[in-house]
Amino acid sequence: MASNLKVLTNGILSENPTFVQCIGLCPTLAVTTSVENGFGMGLAATFVLIASNAVISLLRKIVPDEVRIPIFIVVIAGFVTMIEFLMKAFAPDLNKSLGIFIPLIVVNCIILARAEAFASKNGVIASIFDGIGMGIGFTCALVFLGSIREIFGSGTWLGNPVASFEPAMLIVLAPGGFIVLGCCMGAFRAIQAKLASFHGVAKPAAASTGCGCCAMAKFCRKSESEKSECEGEAR
Amino acid sequence: MTELFLLFLSSIFVHNILLSRFLGCCPFMGVSSKLKTAQGMGAAVVFVIVLASCMTWLTYNFLLVPLHLEYLYTMSFILVIAALVQFVELALKKLNPVLYKSLGIFLPLITTNCAVLGVAVLNMNENYGLVAALVNAFGSSLGFLLAISLMAGIRERIESNEGIPECLKGLPMALITAGLMSIAFMGFNGIIK
Repeated sequence: MASNLKVLTNGILSENPTFVQCIGLCPTLAVTTSVENGFGMGLAATFVLIASNAVISLLRKIVPDEVRIPIFIVVIAGFVTMIEFLMKAFAPDLNKSLGIFIPLIVVNCIILARAEAFASKNGVIASIFDGIGMGIGFTCALVFLGSIREIFGSGTWLGNPVASFEPAMLIVLAPGGFIVLGCCMGAFRAIQAKLASFHGVAKPAAASTGCGCCAMAKFCRKSESEKSECEGEAR
Repeated sequence: MTELFLLFLSSIFVHNILLSRFLGCCPFMGVSSKLKTAQGMGAAVVFVIVLASCMTWLTYNFLLVPLHLEYLYTMSFILVIAALVQFVELALKKLNPVLYKSLGIFLPLITTNCAVLGVAVLNMNENYGLVAALVNAFGSSLGFLLAISLMAGIRERIESNEGIPECLKGLPMALITAGLMSIAFMGFNGIIK
């Protein structure tokens, strides 16, 4: 039980998919225009993460190694189709505002990365906990970014007016997404470095921007020399 | 004809796939630190998006619609794209090893690139005909190539700059740069009504 709890908190803090692993950037940037959208997207992704992690963990001993990625993708696509139906029935407005990012959960790197890195190697219970942890971590990040963008961009929070200043439209538009995420990531890293020096441990390594930050690097099974080229190192 | 041309322009500049639609951000951030690799990735994306849009359009209109299975689009599109990428990789390896050497390494990454599935789903949502879908696909992917090349050019200069605070180095700075580029691209908004 203690180890499951560890797996759960890992996803929220030390392996937070958005701020630490830097994966799943597209939905993060696109849907965080308001708290509600971010929360909806987070919940949908959490559902798919938990369900696909559980099923993939159950299948892990049957699936041949060579075709595991296509099989994982089909499992994930099945759950995404399910969540799309559910959202159309119970939250049509949210479904409309999230638009194509609901079907695009299939290619969200977080889900495939967890299937590959965790669910295909661990038991069902642990995988479900991993799905919950990662899902909560992702949802928290989306709600956090959504709050910042909604408060400063449209002067509201969850639709209630909160700001006494003139909101900057730019923040809810496309450029705001990039800039807010960049600043938050920088702030997160600065706090991490401060905490590390306070506790007297080594500073955590800066998040890489080469293959290291791309969840797909694990799937691009190329020789090391080619990988280094992919990371942009001169050969 | 004018309409198709406008669609082409708007998919490159106004609705740039990276900077205004947020599709394909992972490779945009991941493989944009060197101009040469960024261009390789961009070229591979152009190739795959155009082919995949064609295949998914055919799948949707000649397979899913007649069978009333439209709701299975997510699953069938991703399977078509995955199979296509595998096939392209094999074909390139056999037919054109030179091209394979420059593009091949990026192909496995592209299967799960949301730009490819995203353009296919957009074409379906907008009910484009085959020609319009292909024009949209070609324009969007050229927009990708343009944005990732510009980004790589900027980042090559940023990397050599000593003045950036430690905590902003790498990804955060790249994101802020992308935001500034996105502001610049908003300037195109007025050109097409």
